[in-house]
Amino acid sequence: MAQRGIREYDAKKMLAERLPDYVDDFDYDGQIVLVTPETDLEVVAVENPWVKKKRLVVKPDQLFGKRGAYGLILLDATWDEAKGYIEEKMGKETLVGTIVGPLTHFLMEPFVPHDRDEELYVAIKSDYGGDVIYFSPKGGVNIEANWDQVTEIPVPILAKVEDIDLESKLPAKLGERRKPIADFIRGLYQLYQDLGFAYLEINPFVFHQGKIIPLDLVARLDDAEAFWQRKSWKGLEFPEPFGRALTEEEAHIKEIDSRTGASLKLTILNPEGRVWTMVAGGGASVIYADTICDLGFAGELANYGEYSGDPSTEDTYEYTKTILDLMTREKDPQGRTKYLLIGGGIANFTDVAKTFKGVVMALEDYRERLRNTGVEIFVRRGGPNYEEGLRIMRQLGERLGVPIHVYGPETHMTRIVSMALGGEK
Amino acid sequence: MTMKSYQLFDRNTRAFVYGYQTNAIQRMLDFDYLCKRSVPSVAAIINPNRAGIHKVFWGTEEILLPMYTTIPEAAADHPSVEIVVNFASFRSAFDTTMEALAHPSIKTVAIIAEGVPERMSRIMAATARKMKKTIIGPATVGGLAAGAFRIGNTAGTIENIIESKLYRPGCVGFVSKSGGMLNEAFNIIARNSSGVVEGIAIGGDRYPGSNLMDHILRFEANPEVAIIACLGEVGGTDEYMIVEALKEGRITKPLVIWVTGTCSKVLPGSVQFGHAGAKAQTDLETADAKNRALKEAGAVVPDSFDSYGDKIREVYEGLKAEGKVEVAVEPKIPKIPMDYAKASSEGIVRKATNLICTISDDRGEEVLYAGKPLSRVMDDRMGIGGVIGLLWFKKEIPPWAAEFIELVLQIVADHGPAVSAAHNAIVASCAGKDLISALSSGLLTIGPRFGGAIDDAAREFKRARDSGLSPEQFVKEMKSAGINIPGIGHRIKSVKNPDKRVELLIGYARENFARTDLLDYALSVQEITTAKKGNLILNVDGCIGILFLDLMSSCDVFDERDIDDVIKYGYLNGLFALGRSIGIIGHILDQKRLESRLYRHPQDDIAYMLPNFE
Repeated sequence: MAQRGIREYDAKKMLAERLPDYVDDFDYDGQIVLVTPETDLEVVAVENPWVKKKRLVVKPDQLFGKRGAYGLILLDATWDEAKGYIEEKMGKETLVGTIVGPLTHFLMEPFVPHDRDEELYVAIKSDYGGDVIYFSPKGGVNIEANWDQVTEIPVPILAKVEDIDLESKLPAKLGERRKPIADFIRGLYQLYQDLGFAYLEINPFVFHQGKIIPLDLVARLDDAEAFWQRKSWKGLEFPEPFGRALTEEEAHIKEIDSRTGASLKLTILNPEGRVWTMVAGGGASVIYADTICDLGFAGELANYGEYSGDPSTEDTYEYTKTILDLMTREKDPQGRTKYLLIGGGIANFTDVAKTFKGVVMALEDYRERLRNTGVEIFVRRGGPNYEEGLRIMRQLGERLGVPIHVYGPETHMTRIVSMALGGEK
Repeated sequence: MTMKSYQLFDRNTRAFVYGYQTNAIQRMLDFDYLCKRSVPSVAAIINPNRAGIHKVFWGTEEILLPMYTTIPEAAADHPSVEIVVNFASFRSAFDTTMEALAHPSIKTVAIIAEGVPERMSRIMAATARKMKKTIIGPATVGGLAAGAFRIGNTAGTIENIIESKLYRPGCVGFVSKSGGMLNEAFNIIARNSSGVVEGIAIGGDRYPGSNLMDHILRFEANPEVAIIACLGEVGGTDEYMIVEALKEGRITKPLVIWVTGTCSKVLPGSVQFGHAGAKAQTDLETADAKNRALKEAGAVVPDSFDSYGDKIREVYEGLKAEGKVEVAVEPKIPKIPMDYAKASSEGIVRKATNLICTISDDRGEEVLYAGKPLSRVMDDRMGIGGVIGLLWFKKEIPPWAAEFIELVLQIVADHGPAVSAAHNAIVASCAGKDLISALSSGLLTIGPRFGGAIDDAAREFKRARDSGLSPEQFVKEMKSAGINIPGIGHRIKSVKNPDKRVELLIGYARENFARTDLLDYALSVQEITTAKKGNLILNVDGCIGILFLDLMSSCDVFDERDIDDVIKYGYLNGLFALGRSIGIIGHILDQKRLESRLYRHPQDDIAYMLPNFE
């Protein structure tokens, strides 16, 4: 559960469909198309006749910004140009900032001709004590440079936006546009509040033929609201960040995570890495990763992950198997040892013996591969039934044929990291 | 005894537990007992589904806790309760917490649920602040005041509580985001100092109800706390409040702090850690920046979590040398009896069982019939006869035997409404009794005179043959004893008007049984009796009883002992009761559908013959 980015396409669709409930004369029509690798552009042209009639904008819609700066926006294009642009870029590995990844999703919408100085900025951010509305008459790419022009309107969490006179707080020089902008911002805030947003930035929006048109938009939702927003968010997906398509294994763990009450997380950082972690607990898992990096093994850290919330034996079995499968696919090219750190703090209520039973089952399944790959295992854990859990781990060591070092609460939580890696330094 | 402003709980604090969390409640009470509290810390349980009482252990004794369905009811009866430990799910955590906060006597709410939306968390937090109340959580295990009060599952097992010396106050006030790390911190602190005074986990969400600073300031004000220890986390800017407070001199006690998540600088920015709030959105929010700022402001910051304990030890030893902390006095702690389930799983205790079951087992994934998983029973299409073989005899019987049993069940299923069982059931049903009562009243008629002939016939014919009596001798013996031979004789049927059912059974046996010795013996007996009177034929009850024994002799899964058991324990009456139940239920349902009224036997059908009373 956390704040998750959504596609500009989805956010604009939400605006087009829901904002009229809040703003009387908001009639942005949401003429917009999302092109994916599966999209048939001919079908798009049939279903959206406007694409052939209007000048178009095409840009990637994959949760990264500064698309103009990366030269990834096609402006004022004909249908044929747009099609050609998409066909050329689709699936192509592209460098964005420091991350390389394939372009897979493009947003296509009508081009709105306007001058730079007509660009307006609005953003809503959330903070502990409330939300803050940001508005600037000088929007666009240079918003940061012109931050002194930005008006900040705090909305305390227990206050109502209806009770705030937005209009008087907006710059007077907006003239007759001050009221429609205030109405737009008020409605936008209400939508933000009601539909589970955690961040929303429209930069810029412009008046075109008297109508407000959002041109560029970034949004994050609080995914913990899913239960309440199941109707409003219907069909909405939370894409992985650019360049981070889920691997098969990550998707598998995510799927298990979604159907149990426990928490199971896995991110592969470097499948060639030699240091693999299987740590219980959201807090402890970070500390193990920290310690590995502190010791200078950041480049060898193969994964980040955690399991917690009293997972069943079957869950930990599946989780362990997934990690073991990844780590025993290849030997280290230089023949060096690979390390598996089965770590964790002292559990409050997770039954250590029960979770370790699943871990032990998986280790037994992979006995041959663990031996062949040259794996050394370090265990540290405490909590309910930990003596039994550690006992079955030690016992396993006798028949597994790979070294297992087992420690309990008497050993500092992260000490197994230096025990494993200290010798290599 | 009123609490100080810096205290959330003391040895007299009592709480409501919202949610029927029996394990957590027992853990709280075990902690109380260990700390020798005079009253349990749980005053009442709020269970939206059921009011009443709940039984818990208080040491070795059992005591009762009241259970209410709503917070106002509980609060009305227990006006001194100040804490709600809220185990409501993420869906109802908000409503229940707001309800609790609205109640004047409630001062602190601990919210355990994970996945509470951020807007709800912020509203709860702001509401509590406005009312000068405290929220711990959401997404936390809670916290604990050593020797005084424990929230829910905080600090885990009793062994761990003893190990970390949480039954008496030490000198460290600890606060972290992570609930999982709270327990680890108790361990580290106990190993490197005299232990904690209080430990709180505010939860890993972005907007916790109370933040690190709130608790650090309480620790600063609490004279029992000599050292403040804290674990921060990447993401958010809470730690800068601490930096400011250090700079402004609002924190004067030594503060040992480490901000976790230093690895985030080398990991791709898109990795979401286990905690929802653990993500840096600006450079300021990184763990490195925070650790640096804290160190510059005068906090004790280790180089890595690995030396967190060492730093606490250094500070503690320093204060001890200066005489600023007293060495904690170890109280004698009472023993908490181990729960039977735990002791049993560890192999420490054993207990003689009171019951034995050798036919079925429902403990695993799938129920077992005589060791055979139900799905296999279905796959093998064992049928009712096969299932009877498993559950009555614990044997897999061959298909022809199973089919014979099913034949018998069909034959005995019903015999019209006039016979004892059906009649009784009909009368009971007409009296408005439910299906099971009416069925029972019908079944209760099965015995020596009704249906019981199957058992008796099997027993008598087997006895006669086994003791070497010739059919003639057997008939003679029974006659001289004045006993009708069970299984012989029919009201209407006779040699000339044979019973179809008997013919059917005999035909099946001749075709499928390897041996029909007892049947042959019985037919010889019938020859003698029918010579005397045409209706003294082998009747259907006799035929079933006798053929069942022949079936067992024909079947190599049975031995003599099994056959003796069948007779000794009255298996065959079971066969009759089972089959006949089908008919009885039919009659009852028939009466129900007909909406029959109460049956009263006509008086003119009863001969009233009373003795004369003077």
